[in-house]
Amino acid sequence: MLKKIFRYFISSLFFLSVTSLSANAEFKVGFVYVGPTGDHGWTYQHHEGRNAVEAAGMKTTFVESVPEGADSERVIRQLAQSGHDIIFTTSFGYMDPTNKVAKDFPNVKFEHATGYKREHSNVSTYSARFYEGRTLLGHIAGKMTKTNTIGYIASFPIPEVIRGINAMTLAAQKVNPKIKTKIVWVFTWYDPGKESEAAQALIDQGADVIMQHTDSTAPVQVAEKAGVWSFGQASDMQRFAPKSILTSIIDDWAPYYVERSKAAKNGTWKQQDTWHGLKDGMVAMAPYNPAMGSALVKEVEQLQKDLASGKKHSFTGPIYDQKGNLLVAEGKVADDGMLAGMSVYVKGVEGDIPQ
Amino acid sequence: MEGKLIKIVKRDDISKSVFFLTPILAIILTLISGGLIFYLLGFKPLEALKFFFIVPINNVYGFSELLLKATPLCLIAIGLSFCFKSNNWNIGAEGQLTFGGIVSGGVALLFYNQEGFYILPLVVLAGAVGGMIYAMIPAILKTHFNTNEILVSLMLVYVSKLLLDYLVVGPWSNPEGFNFPETRQFSNSARMPILFEGLRIHAGIFIALATVIISWFVFYKTYLGFQMKVSGFSLKTAKYAGYKGKTMILLVFMISGACAGLAGVGEITGPIGQLHREISPDYGFTAIIVAFLGRLNPIGIIFASLVVALTYLGAETAQIFMQIPKYTGQVFQGMILFFLLASDYLLFFKIKFLGIKKNEL
Repeated sequence: MLKKIFRYFISSLFFLSVTSLSANAEFKVGFVYVGPTGDHGWTYQHHEGRNAVEAAGMKTTFVESVPEGADSERVIRQLAQSGHDIIFTTSFGYMDPTNKVAKDFPNVKFEHATGYKREHSNVSTYSARFYEGRTLLGHIAGKMTKTNTIGYIASFPIPEVIRGINAMTLAAQKVNPKIKTKIVWVFTWYDPGKESEAAQALIDQGADVIMQHTDSTAPVQVAEKAGVWSFGQASDMQRFAPKSILTSIIDDWAPYYVERSKAAKNGTWKQQDTWHGLKDGMVAMAPYNPAMGSALVKEVEQLQKDLASGKKHSFTGPIYDQKGNLLVAEGKVADDGMLAGMSVYVKGVEGDIPQ
Repeated sequence: MEGKLIKIVKRDDISKSVFFLTPILAIILTLISGGLIFYLLGFKPLEALKFFFIVPINNVYGFSELLLKATPLCLIAIGLSFCFKSNNWNIGAEGQLTFGGIVSGGVALLFYNQEGFYILPLVVLAGAVGGMIYAMIPAILKTHFNTNEILVSLMLVYVSKLLLDYLVVGPWSNPEGFNFPETRQFSNSARMPILFEGLRIHAGIFIALATVIISWFVFYKTYLGFQMKVSGFSLKTAKYAGYKGKTMILLVFMISGACAGLAGVGEITGPIGQLHREISPDYGFTAIIVAFLGRLNPIGIIFASLVVALTYLGAETAQIFMQIPKYTGQVFQGMILFFLLASDYLLFFKIKFLGIKKNEL
């Protein structure tokens, strides 16, 4: 009995606080970031997406540097409680907290980036086909390298990162069969110190093209100093290494954020799992460095068009793994299920995936 | 000609009430300068302070979150006060928390698909023992090899974090988790019981409260507490009195480590429910501020942990409602410590202006 009264008391207080805070029922969009808005990589691009939503006439709120531990659930819940109608949680570690809060706020829409759990009908997931960008980088790297060695700074051995390594290696092999991909795992998404050391280690091992699946600008700056080629990640990092950067893979979340926020506003929002690439513009390429030569730029632009139109696919058979087992048969392309769970290297990548 | 010379003299008579009032003074000064900073940043100071310190806890959910956040801070700070009171500078509570989390998480994972009343006690015990063992490393190195416990305990923080990284990426990662750096979810029997449905506050708060009571008893009613006090005042006196310093050093480190380990257990078996790379947003370091703000006094630490926990919550709320940069929370924590140390200085020392004549020079 006492418990019941208490429960009633709590729920009424919940209700009170919710109604008092959302008294003016203005449509609001919330964002949760894992890093600072000034990281010039992952979070920076999500923040750009938020600016686009704001420019489209919707009110937005963001919370930056939210740790992926116990704190994220409170932040997401506070956003839901304070009258936000759609909430974008922009890091993998927010997956379980997002689903937990979504259960308690069935009228609020939740969008979780890079996750795979949609436990309630008001949770959608979205990610980008970054690997299409990696294919273009591979093509460029294969043509530009003199030492036939490409250095790759990797974060965590999750399918998304493995996919990027494989897509890049396959494309590089097509234009240069002698190519070798060397990998350093740094086990972090953002640590300029570690990323610099990794870049230097790869250069010392003979890599003359550096790329990274981490968020800081440190690797391109190291490459600029060492006089080797590099690529920007997540945002256009050209100004951090003007000579060395050949292009950047840009994550462009803006169109998606505007579209989904509008859908939530108009009541047309539906649960979905989005995986957009070059075609829809979620993955874009920064201007190509003229140092590549006009012939190569033209080639890459054509490849970019073909990937966008679907005429070409990053994972077209025959594809073999490191031991020589056939993964994708000749004439076939890898399906999304295989891509989503990718956990082996293709032939030509050096080393083992950390287990 | 006359000149003035400033001389700093130690005060002999420090009143106890002032000793406990200075933390409050520090908080008030922090509020005033915080308001000033908000004003300079272009925010309305009173409104900003309201969103920082009142709005986060003006409902039951917010208050329960405050308690949830304060629980690990309080636990660790109580443990640290055993060390600090006796002149032992354990800076590595974060590492002891992490190692305790690793050991208890390991036990919880052993039982990942089992239910049973015995699981949670084992998990909690494992965490306390883990933290205790990890704290014994700097203690034994200090007692046997005279190493500096500040350096050793601090460096061990990074060792434990790297170990956690290795485990969640490698051998302990969830086999169904697509290689993401996290373990399986613990079974319900390995989770702290939730106190009220819909809230996250869990039974760990009772562990913290029990620790407060026990530590009060130890500090003021036992021989160990007296030994700690004497060693804190003067190590030479302690030696002269014939106290076996080594045993005491080992003991306070063990208690401190166990408390930090328990804080880790509370996090992973409470709100998190699994092991991953970010089980603590540096609670072990923030708790150092809490311990000193609470004057190394169990009751004081309770209040201090609530105040510091509020700065975390306030930073989130202030960013949500007023777009104030989230790092102001850390600025507030820094200011509290600064003002406390500054007023302590004036509390323990007085400044004397000495009139001197030229011929004395």
